[in-house]
Amino acid sequence: MNDLATHRVLALHLGVLALLFLAQFALPEYHHTNVARIMVLAAYALGYNLLLGYTGLMSLGHAMFFAAGMYGAGLPVYYLGFGAAGALGAGIATGMLLAAAFGLMALRTSGVSFLIVSLMFAQAFYLASLYFNEITLGDQGFILSGKLAPLQLGGTPLGFHEPAVKYNAALLLFAACFLLSLGLRLSPIGRVLIAIRENEERTRLFGYDSFRYKLLALVLSGGLAAAAGASYALLFSYVGSTFASILFSIYPLLWTLLGGVGTILGPLVGTGLMFYLVDIASGITSAYLLVVGVVLVALILWFPQGIMGTVRAKWLPWLP
Amino acid sequence: MSFGPHLFLALLEGTVSAFVLALTALGLSLVFGVMRIVNVAHGEFFMLGAVLAWFCASLVGTPVAGFLFALIAAPLIVGALALAADRLVLRRIDYHPEGTIVATIGLLYIIQQAVLTLYGPEARPVTPPVYFILSFPWFGYSGYKLVVAAISACLLAATWWLLARTKLGLYMRAAQQDLEMAQAFGVPARRVYAMVFALGAMLAAVAGVLVVPIQQAHYLMGLDPLLLSFIVVILGGLGSVKGTVVAAFVVGISDGVVSVFFSPTLAKIVATLLVAAVLVVRPGGLFGEDRA
Amino acid sequence: MSEERKGQGFSRRRTLGTLGSLAGAALLPGSPAFAQAPKGRPIRIGFQVHRTGIGAVYGRWYERTTTAAAKLINEMGGIAGRPVEIVAEDDGTDPKRGPEVVEKLARQHKVDFVYGTLFSHVVIASAPRAGELKIPYFVVSEGYHVASGKLNRYVFQPGITDVRAQVTAMSSWITGKLGKKVTMIFPDYAFGYDHRDFFSQAVAKRGGTVLEKLAIPPTESSFTKYFARVPAETEVLYHVMVGPGVLTFVKEMGEHFGKKRPQIFGFIDSLEGVDIASPGLDFLDGTYFWEAFPRYAEGAQSAHAKNYRKLVGVNDAGVSLADPKDVSTFSHMFGCWETLYVIKQAVEKSGYKDPSPKDYRALIEYLESVKSFPESAEHPQGAKMFNGRLHQCYGHQYVSKVENRRLKVVHRTKIEDSLYDPEADYTKQAL
Repeated sequence: MNDLATHRVLALHLGVLALLFLAQFALPEYHHTNVARIMVLAAYALGYNLLLGYTGLMSLGHAMFFAAGMYGAGLPVYYLGFGAAGALGAGIATGMLLAAAFGLMALRTSGVSFLIVSLMFAQAFYLASLYFNEITLGDQGFILSGKLAPLQLGGTPLGFHEPAVKYNAALLLFAACFLLSLGLRLSPIGRVLIAIRENEERTRLFGYDSFRYKLLALVLSGGLAAAAGASYALLFSYVGSTFASILFSIYPLLWTLLGGVGTILGPLVGTGLMFYLVDIASGITSAYLLVVGVVLVALILWFPQGIMGTVRAKWLPWLP
Repeated sequence: MSFGPHLFLALLEGTVSAFVLALTALGLSLVFGVMRIVNVAHGEFFMLGAVLAWFCASLVGTPVAGFLFALIAAPLIVGALALAADRLVLRRIDYHPEGTIVATIGLLYIIQQAVLTLYGPEARPVTPPVYFILSFPWFGYSGYKLVVAAISACLLAATWWLLARTKLGLYMRAAQQDLEMAQAFGVPARRVYAMVFALGAMLAAVAGVLVVPIQQAHYLMGLDPLLLSFIVVILGGLGSVKGTVVAAFVVGISDGVVSVFFSPTLAKIVATLLVAAVLVVRPGGLFGEDRA
Repeated sequence: MSEERKGQGFSRRRTLGTLGSLAGAALLPGSPAFAQAPKGRPIRIGFQVHRTGIGAVYGRWYERTTTAAAKLINEMGGIAGRPVEIVAEDDGTDPKRGPEVVEKLARQHKVDFVYGTLFSHVVIASAPRAGELKIPYFVVSEGYHVASGKLNRYVFQPGITDVRAQVTAMSSWITGKLGKKVTMIFPDYAFGYDHRDFFSQAVAKRGGTVLEKLAIPPTESSFTKYFARVPAETEVLYHVMVGPGVLTFVKEMGEHFGKKRPQIFGFIDSLEGVDIASPGLDFLDGTYFWEAFPRYAEGAQSAHAKNYRKLVGVNDAGVSLADPKDVSTFSHMFGCWETLYVIKQAVEKSGYKDPSPKDYRALIEYLESVKSFPESAEHPQGAKMFNGRLHQCYGHQYVSKVENRRLKVVHRTKIEDSLYDPEADYTKQAL
């Protein structure tokens, strides 16, 4: 990619981040926390997109990585008094380890088999979180707010309950995942991943060890998902089994598809749009998950590329 | 309860659930075998069968009449719905494997939430057509459960007969083995696909009708049968009917027996991991062809 | 002349006196005709309701009871003369959606208070957000989580008793009357753990033992395999189940044990929303249930309870007046009624005017000073004690026996029977 294109890409993506930063001063109260939530969940979707959009592997088990991050961060805070930074690190590490272990076993399969294996592993993880409820407190879950020490920034304590801290912490997380995804996409590794997505056989014929690349993608994907899960626990204070259930594996698929699979901006667009679609729908009907179903079917029938994917196809072919 | 009777009870329960599971999972297996797609909304067809059974029972006077009415009406309605889904959605995306998964997840939510809106969030009971209790010296057992097992066995046999002895069955087996060849020989692929999808849904619906007098009809009841069907179909081999039935028995009976020794949650964890392990080692399932 | 005037004055005084007593009577419930219509800015109460998901049966009745209470409050002049407005949002019995709903109610709808959550996992997920938003959060949950001190100072449970209290009160009756060797069956879930832990503790103190603790996963639909694990020497089978499978659970229990059953003691949670006379439940005859508010009105019930039943739309068998197949969740929904009246009392007595930190503080501090609620139209389930430090109320519990497919009260506990050592003190937390 030539210099001009890279500049354009960077400008656009950094611009989006700047917009998100400025938004916190303009947003009304209610939407302030919503956008913080959206950013954390969009980081989850970015992780998912790494695997689906850039490596071509569809998983229905990403909730286990999200939950691994959540428990990986939450349990040390609750039982061992970890601080936020340590907990975040522990959460990410847990997710990446789990992804690596899973990848070593599951990457022999692909396509539908991989999908079902991921679903099964995630289900086992969910059941385990219920089984070991003496520690995890299972379905009920536990609260971190009393136990989490505020961040210290040069002497001033920054509690996570303060809206500004919450928003900017979420933004930092999102920005990190966002730029990491972009960087990966533009790097040689990213190109190999896309080649694997397009045609794995041929990529292997060129001498690339596709297994190693897929494993790398999976570990990074799991790491991002875990970072999102850990942040969700730290910022919103609650850890529970519900976040390991199947619905939580379906969400990132939905958000990524809606926003545009294989685009960097897609996950943010998809997560935000879906959040508000559900919010508005729940004002109209109590069957608000219907929106989820209709959107999925409509997407697959008429917009398989999603919003940013369609934008890229029609107007901005340089969009990563 | 001492070991012997406990085991006996476990075997009884296991057998009943094995038959129902075989019936439920068979639809999923057929669809994958012939069409090469996974229908994630399969559990919702099961749930629809149960809910429609409740509707039928509330329209008709006696439980027996309601049951018979439901046995006929529910599969027909669900089959029609499946045909519509096939024509409107699946055919349009040309049965693309991953696209189908997304589309059927969407279908899952649409069906589930539609039932929520029209039927409500309550769990409602349906009176069984026959109700008697078998009193063994150590425990009592619902006679209707054995009736369910018997009816399931008949339906499984009927499906086998359909596959092995009728023209549709011939077409299905041909399409499964080699679609292009089959088309060259004049098998109407599109129509076969539609019929298979409908048949799969109908089998799930019948299982729902049979099971609902034991459980209750609730709009969220489709998830568990879906997961169990996945387990059975994978263990038995994606696409192998014989494998599905055998696997249903393995899963059904071992679940009953294992829960004698372990907590059910632990048993479920072990079962789920076992399935994943099987797929990793043999991506085509235990009996299926290697279709990674 | 003066006699004439005296005569007139006398009769005018009598007329005034009559008018005065009529006005006094208007302040009693049941005579809304004379109450002043509420006016001014409404008091807006955000109602976090389980309209969908596994809590939906309770949610439905919670919503009916809430609507009835709000209607009556408004007919009787509102809260501090202002009309009360209920703003409901469905949380889907989902711990992810719960805090989002709290956010929406507090920040978008700008309600004065949030109230109405039942299922423990949703309460625990939502409470921190209410604490961060500094908005009083009144739960109608029965969970021990409020009194445990694990939530925050903005959370109150003043309208319904908690599981630990219920279980403590029942343990002496069970070990005294039914047997000392107990096997417990409970959901593998917060609410179930409270039963498991506190009942075991309480029973041990009274010389009993818990032989086996059978935890049932929340999505379970078939229960026979659990009954097989009940040890033969069990004297009392203790059960409490929630969720869509309760009828199946009770049916299969009956099928399994038949006539050779141990004593069975259940919590009415296993049958809330379910008709005791359902086919397959005959075996329940002779078993016992804990009730908070007896479903079947027997003999002399208080005028308050009678009126309450009429207004929330159930008959003397706890069944909906509009639909005989619609059985109510009678032992839980009263919590909504009473909690709304507690909010009314707290607003009126603390001088609360606006959702400001000052007024919230006054309201919270007032509530923390309350010691009891008398049995009344506002508290038809019965008198309550209130522990301001635990933010939790305590009340009478009932043991009912199933006789001829109906429930008949056989024991009513004293409030003191349900008390336990407090483990927390919210008043020490900053607001």
